[in-house]
Amino acid sequence: MFENLTARFDKVFRYLRGQGKLTEQNIKEALREVRLALLEADVNYLVVKDFIARIRERAVGQEVMSSLTPGQQVIKIVNEELIKLLGEKTAPLNLKGTPPVPIMIVGLQGSGKTTTAAKLSLKLKKEKRTPCLVPADIYRPAAIEQLKILANQVQVPFYSPNDGEKPENIVKNALNFARANKCDTLIVDTAGRLHVDEELMEELSRLKSILTPSEILLVADAMTGQDAVKIAEEFNQKLELTGVVLSKLDGDARGGAALSIKAVTGCPIKFVGLGEKIEDFEVFHPDRMSSRILGMGDVLTIIEKAQETIDEESAKRLVKKLQEDTFTLEDFRDQLRQIRKLGSLEQILGMLPGMGMLKELKNAQIDSKEFVKIEAIINSMTKEERRKPNILNASRKRRIARGSGTTVQDINRLLKSYEQARKMMRQVTGSTKPKATKGKKKRKKRAFFPF
Amino acid sequence: MIKWFRKGEDTDSANKHQLEKKEQKGLFSKLKSGLQKTRKQLSSKLDSLIKGKTVIDEELYEELEEMLITCDVGVDATLQLIDRLKSEIKLQKIENPQELYHILQREIATILDISSSPLDPTTHKPFVVMVVGVNGVGKTTTIAKLAHFWKSQGFKPLLVAGDTFRAAAIDQLTLWAEKIGVPIVKQRAGADPAAVAYDALDSAIAKKLDIVIIDTAGRMHTKTNLMEELKKIRRVIAKKVPDAPHETLLVLDATTGQNAISQTKMFKENTDISGIILTKLDGTAKGGIVIGICHEFQIPVRFIGIGEGLEDLRPFDPEAFAKALLETDNDE
Repeated sequence: MFENLTARFDKVFRYLRGQGKLTEQNIKEALREVRLALLEADVNYLVVKDFIARIRERAVGQEVMSSLTPGQQVIKIVNEELIKLLGEKTAPLNLKGTPPVPIMIVGLQGSGKTTTAAKLSLKLKKEKRTPCLVPADIYRPAAIEQLKILANQVQVPFYSPNDGEKPENIVKNALNFARANKCDTLIVDTAGRLHVDEELMEELSRLKSILTPSEILLVADAMTGQDAVKIAEEFNQKLELTGVVLSKLDGDARGGAALSIKAVTGCPIKFVGLGEKIEDFEVFHPDRMSSRILGMGDVLTIIEKAQETIDEESAKRLVKKLQEDTFTLEDFRDQLRQIRKLGSLEQILGMLPGMGMLKELKNAQIDSKEFVKIEAIINSMTKEERRKPNILNASRKRRIARGSGTTVQDINRLLKSYEQARKMMRQVTGSTKPKATKGKKKRKKRAFFPF
Repeated sequence: MIKWFRKGEDTDSANKHQLEKKEQKGLFSKLKSGLQKTRKQLSSKLDSLIKGKTVIDEELYEELEEMLITCDVGVDATLQLIDRLKSEIKLQKIENPQELYHILQREIATILDISSSPLDPTTHKPFVVMVVGVNGVGKTTTIAKLAHFWKSQGFKPLLVAGDTFRAAAIDQLTLWAEKIGVPIVKQRAGADPAAVAYDALDSAIAKKLDIVIIDTAGRMHTKTNLMEELKKIRRVIAKKVPDAPHETLLVLDATTGQNAISQTKMFKENTDISGIILTKLDGTAKGGIVIGICHEFQIPVRFIGIGEGLEDLRPFDPEAFAKALLETDNDE
């Protein structure tokens, strides 16, 4: 019941892999599973129907390529169709036009508009634009205050409306405010509203005609059920959306709403929200999302994240150390620190291929505190000990255990995983020129598995 | 036998309904208008489903299944419902598709009607209520509505701004408290919610208030550390008032799909949910998910949110809900 789409597909395809030949019957079985999985993932009923029909048509009519097993062939088709359904490629924001370029953020109550507005502003700021945040939500108590606090955190200009100012006036004045403050982008956070609320939908139309925004983004909760289609359709009809932001993907929502919204409105999904922190915001990649669903992992995202957080200098230093085989416990600690910067381990694990299948791994709570422990141990060593761990005898270990509040067993375990990491790196450096990220990733897996 | 039993039940509740008719009428029409979209969707489909049919066949069941799934009832619960429907129809030898509708309605009401201890704030003083849920389901607004509801019944509620994480959440609840005219206990943003709750209980006992409603920060049910925080709040308040919280309410958004089941499961495991509040039923969302939830977890739905006004929170009535869900426009 609680298996996610990935796990479901895993089961289907594992079964298909065991088959020598793709028959009408076993496609049917597989497609039934796919159908159930998609429905449980909250993909809209009609979209599912359509999707299954397309897969069936393609699968049955097609000859199996000689290089693939029948099972692989189906995976390929499902994957291709999923990508097609999610939108073929990444859709960038359109920010052309004379500044300030307005972006409107719309959606239901509680979908995450205000947070998304702040996240988007941070993203644009990182891209060297100067965004300005504008609150047009005068209905929910303290909504303006919320955006103001977030604007402060991101450190972008914030238009502070007067008491009782109408949304129409707010955006008009905000345009002038942006010009005066030399902001090139205006991010307007609108009030949450139900798509059936005529009055408030009219207000959005009026705001649209005042702003003539180049982007109108619908924020949709990834947990939305069958209703997602209707919501998106209504907003699209009234406002002609230019894109969708899928929020709250960090839960265990299967995100079927994404499939439905895209299929029904044709609006590309541009970003995804992955957590409560302002930086938990990513560009949406249809192919990666599909890979995630199919359990093929999302290695690309990890690599990109790694590139973002790990500075090149230290990576180069590491490569040199590897080649000279002088990788010490100090370097080990540095590596661990950098991995921690990548994000929570659960997040990283979710992106690794095959992890969807490893249930026990999913349930096992990987404790980020272990990292703290390791750091404490290494910090309690003398410089000499860090550079030459083989001088660690029983009495030294006891001292370190006391100093770091751990046990000798903990220290032994750490030394073991350090040894493993070193051995593995020797192999990597021995064969080809090492790629920093590759080495790091492998070691990271080893590094926390023993704990 | 079963039929008789059911009939007896029906007349009983019919009597009850008549007694409260005046009050009920307003409530029912409000619920009906709140659920109008839902009902239109379900009933118009049901109508067109049934109208053209003279016999009950597999095809009809299949279409029924499709209809329930599009109402977020969920694959599992749908199949169960259809199964129950089938056996009931066989048992009662029903051939007319029209009657199918009444049986379905009754089945849904039966699932939703969970006999458990009712929510009664007079059992303890102060009666401690903790409100939890994922982000953006409407916890803070619901708390305001709850306070308003209990205040209008003559209780003296106290609000606790336990969401110290989200920007301006404290301000939001403070504004509500002023509007309703109830006291609030708050600290600065980032404070330990358990400490805020503890202080609030102190104050409630000193001021002899009846109900303490604790807001908590929205949290994804998959974040273990945040779930631990909830447990901590529970532990801390139990130190002040033994066996508090007396009620833990999970707020669910009606637009949420199957994930609501996962949410309920996780929150139940961690904080022992005793009741559910279903919000945002005034949209086109069908809230069919509660059928699956009630079926699986046997947690009663306490209230439903059907609008943005303070009075738009209603005690949940399974029969009325099932009726409003399935009823056609021309019969009342």
